[in-house]
Amino acid sequence: MASTAAPIRTILDPTGERSVAERQRLARPASLSGLTVGLLDISKPRGDVFLNRIEERLVAAGADVKRYRKPTFTKPAPVDLRHQISVECQVVIEALAD
Amino acid sequence: MADTLDRPELPDGIVVVVKEECATCHAVGSVLMQLDEAITLTVYTQDDPNFPSGIAAVHDADLAISWHYDIETVPTVIRVVDGVEIERTIGWRRDEWERVTGIAGLGPDLPAMRPGCGSMSVDPDLVDALNVRFGASILASRRIDVAAAEDEMEMMFARGWTDGLPVVPPTEERVMRMLTGTTRAPSDIVATVPPDLVDVTVEKVAIAAVMAGCKPEYLPWVLTAVEAACTNEFNMHGLLATTMPVGPVIICSGPGTRAIGMNSGGNALGQGNRANSTIGRALQLVVRNVGGGRPGEVDRATHGSPGKIGFCFAENDAESPYGTLAGEHGMEPGVDALTVFAGEGTRCVVDQLSRDPESLARSLAASLQALHHPKLILGFDAILVMGPEHARVFAEGGWDRERIVAGISAHLNRPGSELVRGADGMAEGLPAGFGDAPSLPKFRPGGLMLAYAGGGAGLFSEIIGGWANGEIGSAPVTRAVTY
Repeated sequence: MASTAAPIRTILDPTGERSVAERQRLARPASLSGLTVGLLDISKPRGDVFLNRIEERLVAAGADVKRYRKPTFTKPAPVDLRHQISVECQVVIEALAD
Repeated sequence: MADTLDRPELPDGIVVVVKEECATCHAVGSVLMQLDEAITLTVYTQDDPNFPSGIAAVHDADLAISWHYDIETVPTVIRVVDGVEIERTIGWRRDEWERVTGIAGLGPDLPAMRPGCGSMSVDPDLVDALNVRFGASILASRRIDVAAAEDEMEMMFARGWTDGLPVVPPTEERVMRMLTGTTRAPSDIVATVPPDLVDVTVEKVAIAAVMAGCKPEYLPWVLTAVEAACTNEFNMHGLLATTMPVGPVIICSGPGTRAIGMNSGGNALGQGNRANSTIGRALQLVVRNVGGGRPGEVDRATHGSPGKIGFCFAENDAESPYGTLAGEHGMEPGVDALTVFAGEGTRCVVDQLSRDPESLARSLAASLQALHHPKLILGFDAILVMGPEHARVFAEGGWDRERIVAGISAHLNRPGSELVRGADGMAEGLPAGFGDAPSLPKFRPGGLMLAYAGGGAGLFSEIIGGWANGEIGSAPVTRAVTY
């Protein structure tokens, strides 16, 4: 094999070349008692049925519950809504249902 | 061998670029002798270092001078003051040479003018390598060396850069050539691509266009498609994330579609035409490789559709009896434009017997009612692609675009009682509250759109069904092509 004779072919990276920022998850709370839990309804049909039941159980466990809703399930949550949840809650649950 | 790839400086005085393999350059040999005696003259020779005889020419062996100073014709005469080009003339024209050099009585034995020859720096066999050698530093993308024993096609599959079909390796030569298709700078930001929301440059779009198999003249269409697809109204993120089988359908119109050889006739929605096949694919490769939208990840389609590899066609606007889809969205006639539509695959409507508009409108309506589900209404748009034979029925009846849409829509109204959940023994349908509505339309206003494409024979139309429409999903986006 005359591999030394083969020219080096160079191609250009077709990707976005983003360096992936890894972020650590927060530690899971030992208890939900006294914490504010956000429930984000993504606006899929019957998501509210699921979240209503979750809310009942969380309140029974001593948590405060706040409810949020995305305008449409087809788009990411608006940045303002994400910020609001982040400052009002310690825990968030996002519901996907059909 | 040049020490640097930077732009070399031109010496002050008169600079003339010639090549031995050019009869006009030979013809002006005596003129160069005249100039050499009268003024400060520097002659660059592209091929033979000993040409022209009697002149101590500088050999532009690597064509650096010729490339950097955009020499397209030899001879070229340039007047340089303080290292800056003041003016130039090409070929042989006595009056021009005398004006640029300031010397009268040049070449008295020559005819008044004689055209020059092509510069070696624009020789099709050389230009790609020169563009890389002197110009590739404008490319910002990471260079990846392919090992000698590595198959670059397999390497690109292994890195996850393909849609399942082979891609053309995006070498510097090919990307530089692709970039000649636009006047935009490689570093220009075209759009922010979902789902990872990455800013994509003209260069990255050109790379995707190379990989998809595009020619440089398709690039403006690809750039415009990327811009249109990466808007909030179009909602490319949602198209990926949905479980429905939709992708961006690109419908092009305007004289530019013919200039780049797009197919709007027989099999326009099928295979076999390079522009149709690769423009849509290039957009999808941008979404995949730059935006990070890949099946099994953010792309959650239950079935997908063949169109998700790339779905692009041209309208036959030159012969359309009812204008173009872009025109329906406000674009002036004759403007190169495209519309991106969140669409599934095509569904054929067969009606070989209708010869009057009313009958054909009823046939088309019957098929359109079934779109996604006969009992689901208003939530989905559709594009009806008619070819010459169906469109002729309407044209001969005197129906224009608005009349066709209205005529079809007139047969797309059904009482709520037929559409509610449980009606006809089908659980799917509208909530019970709609049961009392006397008449409900299938499409929202503007939700039924027309396009014109297809071959001369066949009494068929094609339905391209849409996805969740409007604010909650995707709206069609029309853009003029930017060159």
